[in-house]
Amino acid sequence: MMGKSLTMLQAITEAMDQKLDHDDRVMIMGEDIGVNGGVFRSTEGLHEKYGENRIVDTPLAESGIIGSAIGLSLNGMLPIVEIQFLAFIYPGFEQLISHAARMRYRTRGQFGVPLVIRTPYGAGIRGPELHSESVEAFFAHTPGLKVVAPSNPHDAKGLLISAIEDPDPVIFLEPTKLYRAFKEDVPEEMYRIPIGQAKVVQEGSDLTIFAWGTMLREALNAARKIEKEKGWKCEVVDLRTLYPLDRDAIVQSIKKTGRALIVHEAHKTAGLGAEIISIINDEALIYLKAPIKRVTGFDVPVPPFSIEDHYLPTVERVKQGIVETISF
Amino acid sequence: MEKMENQIMKAHSIGGDPEMYRVLTPDGEIIETIDGKIDKSLMVKMYESMLLLRTFDRKSVNLQRQGRMGTYAPFEGQEAAQVGSALALSAGDWMFPTYRDHGAAIIHGQELYRVFLYWMAHLEGSVCPEGKRILPPSVPIATQLVHAVGTAWASRLKGEENVSIAYFGDGATSEGDFHEALNFAGVYKTPTIFFCQNNGYAISMPFEKQSASKTISQRASAYDIHGVRVDGNDIFAVWLAVRKAVERGLKGEGPTLIEAITFRYGAHTTADNPNIYRNQNEISTFWRENRDPIARLKRFLEKEGLWNEEQEEKSSKQFNELIDLHLQKAEAYPKSEPLEMFNHVYAGESWHLKEQRQELKQILKKGVKK
Repeated sequence: MMGKSLTMLQAITEAMDQKLDHDDRVMIMGEDIGVNGGVFRSTEGLHEKYGENRIVDTPLAESGIIGSAIGLSLNGMLPIVEIQFLAFIYPGFEQLISHAARMRYRTRGQFGVPLVIRTPYGAGIRGPELHSESVEAFFAHTPGLKVVAPSNPHDAKGLLISAIEDPDPVIFLEPTKLYRAFKEDVPEEMYRIPIGQAKVVQEGSDLTIFAWGTMLREALNAARKIEKEKGWKCEVVDLRTLYPLDRDAIVQSIKKTGRALIVHEAHKTAGLGAEIISIINDEALIYLKAPIKRVTGFDVPVPPFSIEDHYLPTVERVKQGIVETISF
Repeated sequence: MEKMENQIMKAHSIGGDPEMYRVLTPDGEIIETIDGKIDKSLMVKMYESMLLLRTFDRKSVNLQRQGRMGTYAPFEGQEAAQVGSALALSAGDWMFPTYRDHGAAIIHGQELYRVFLYWMAHLEGSVCPEGKRILPPSVPIATQLVHAVGTAWASRLKGEENVSIAYFGDGATSEGDFHEALNFAGVYKTPTIFFCQNNGYAISMPFEKQSASKTISQRASAYDIHGVRVDGNDIFAVWLAVRKAVERGLKGEGPTLIEAITFRYGAHTTADNPNIYRNQNEISTFWRENRDPIARLKRFLEKEGLWNEEQEEKSSKQFNELIDLHLQKAEAYPKSEPLEMFNHVYAGESWHLKEQRQELKQILKKGVKK
C-alpha cells in the first residue's frame, strides 16, 4: 500500500484515528485533548469525528485521569490517556505503580489493565520548567509496565498500534523535539511494530551506539561525522522499547563491534544506560575491547532552557565519547 | 453516659448535631416509615449475614493470634454498614473494597476461604468467583475511588445496568483521590456510590483532627452530587440509603456520597494497640452496649416475632461450622509455590522473567536453606 509523508505527530494521530475507527472500545482522555486537539495537536480532528464520549476532555487531575482510565479498562474499554507533559504524570504515579502495574498480578490474570499512557517527554524545545523531563527509568523499574519510546514517524505509528492492542499497561513516551522535526513515509494501513524489539538503524563494525527517542538523531549525526573524520564505522541501535529491553539485539551488536556507547538524555545515575551496561556485562563481557561509556544528561534538575543545550548530550559530546572509547 | 457519648461523637465530629438518617433506633424501634421496602425475609437475611460476619471476624483475629494467619484488619462493629450496603447491590455491580471491607465482599459473593487465603498471604487470595466484579482490597488509601468512577463510567457508555461502589474510611477523605473521584463522578454523572464508613479514627487519628468539616457527607455539595449521612449501625438506614443511590445511579442521576457513622470495636489491625490513642475499653464498651448493630436488629426482630433464641443458637452453630469448613479449605489449599510469583506479571512473559524464573527454579532444586 502507498505511504504518506508524515511527521511523528501526524503518524501518532493516524494510529489513534485508525484504532478508534476500528474498535469501539478505544477512547482517548486527557487535558485539552478534545475541542482543543491537544496542546501539541496530536488529537486534532478526533473530537469532531468521534464525539465527546470517546475523545474526552477531562478535569485537570492526573490521578483522576489515570485512575478512572484503570476503571474504564477493567470494564472493557481501551483508554488511551494523554498526559500533557511527562513531568505532569507524578500525581498519577501511585495509580500506575500501585494499581495499573499490579492488577493482573493481584488477580492472577482475572482482571487486566489494557491502558496506554501517551506523553511527550524530553528537552530541547525551549519549554518552561518541568516540561522537559526524561524520567523513563522510573517506569522501567516497575514490573507490570511496559515502556516504549519511538524515534521516528514510522515506528511511532506501528508501536502505538501495538501498545493500544497490548493487554498490559504501556507508557508511550513521545519525543517532543521530534514531533514535527521531519517527515517520512508512513504506510497507510494499520501495521504493528512488536513491543520489545530494538532496531539496528545503521550497520557498523567499530562501535555500537545505543540510543532512543530524541537522542537517535544525535547518535546518527555523530556516527556520520566520525566516519567522515576518522573512517570509523559505528553501528547505531534504536532500542525503541525501554522495558523490557531487547537483550538479544544489544548482545548481538556488541559481539560484532566489541565497543559500546550509550546515549540518553535522562540523568546518568541509575539511568537505563546502567542497565544496558549490566546486560553487556552479563552476556558479552569477553567481547569488549574497551570500557563502555555513557553520554547522558547530567545529574541535575533539567535546567532552564537558556542553558538546556548544555545539559543535553550533543553531537560533539557523542563524538568525544566515540573517540575515547575507540582509542582506549 | 452522656459525657462519654459526647466524647465519642466528638471523635466522629458529630458535634453540632448534624443530621443523620436513622430508621431503627438502638432500642430496636422503627422511627421512619419504610413502607414495606424491606421485606421480612430480607430483614432476617440482614441479621444472619451480620452474625456470620461477626463470627468470621472474631475467628480471624484468633487465627492471627495463633499464628495461622498474618496481620489482619478486623471490622467488628461495622457489620451493619458492610452488610447493609452490600445487600443493596445487584450481582453484577462492581465493588472496590479496602482491606477492612472483606465483610462487604463476602456478602457480595466473595468466598470465605478466599478471604482467609488473602490474610494467609496466598497469591490467589484476591481472586473472586468467576463472573463477579469484586476487586482486590485497596491498600493505598482512596485510590480505588477513581477506579469505581471508571468502571461506572464504562457501564454508562456501554448501557449496562450496573453501579460501582467504592468503600473507604474517614481518613481517606483527606486524600487527593477522594476529591478527584467525586469531581470526576460529578462531571461524568457516573453511577458510582462512594460509601464511607466513618468509624471515627484513621488508625489513631480522630476525625475531629482529620478535618475541619463537621461531616463528610457535606463535601458532596461542593461537587453538586448527592450526599447523605446515615447511622451506619442501623442496617435499615444503610440499606435504604444505598438502594436509593443505586436507583439514582441507574436513572442517570449520577453518583452519591454516603457517610455511614460507625465504630470499629477493635484495633486498626492485629498489629495495632488502640490503648495508646484512645480510651479503648471505655469507648468500645460504650458502643457495644449502646450502639451495637447486631443487638439493635435483634431487638427489633424479636419484637416482630421474626427471630428467637432457638434460631440464634441454630444459626450460630451453622455459621461456626461453615467458617470452619472454609478454614479447612483454606488451610488445605495448595500453598503458593515460589515459582508462581513469576506468573501474571504480564499477559505474556519476556526473557528477563523467564530467566529469573529459571534462576529461582535452580535454587529450589538445590533445596532452600533458611
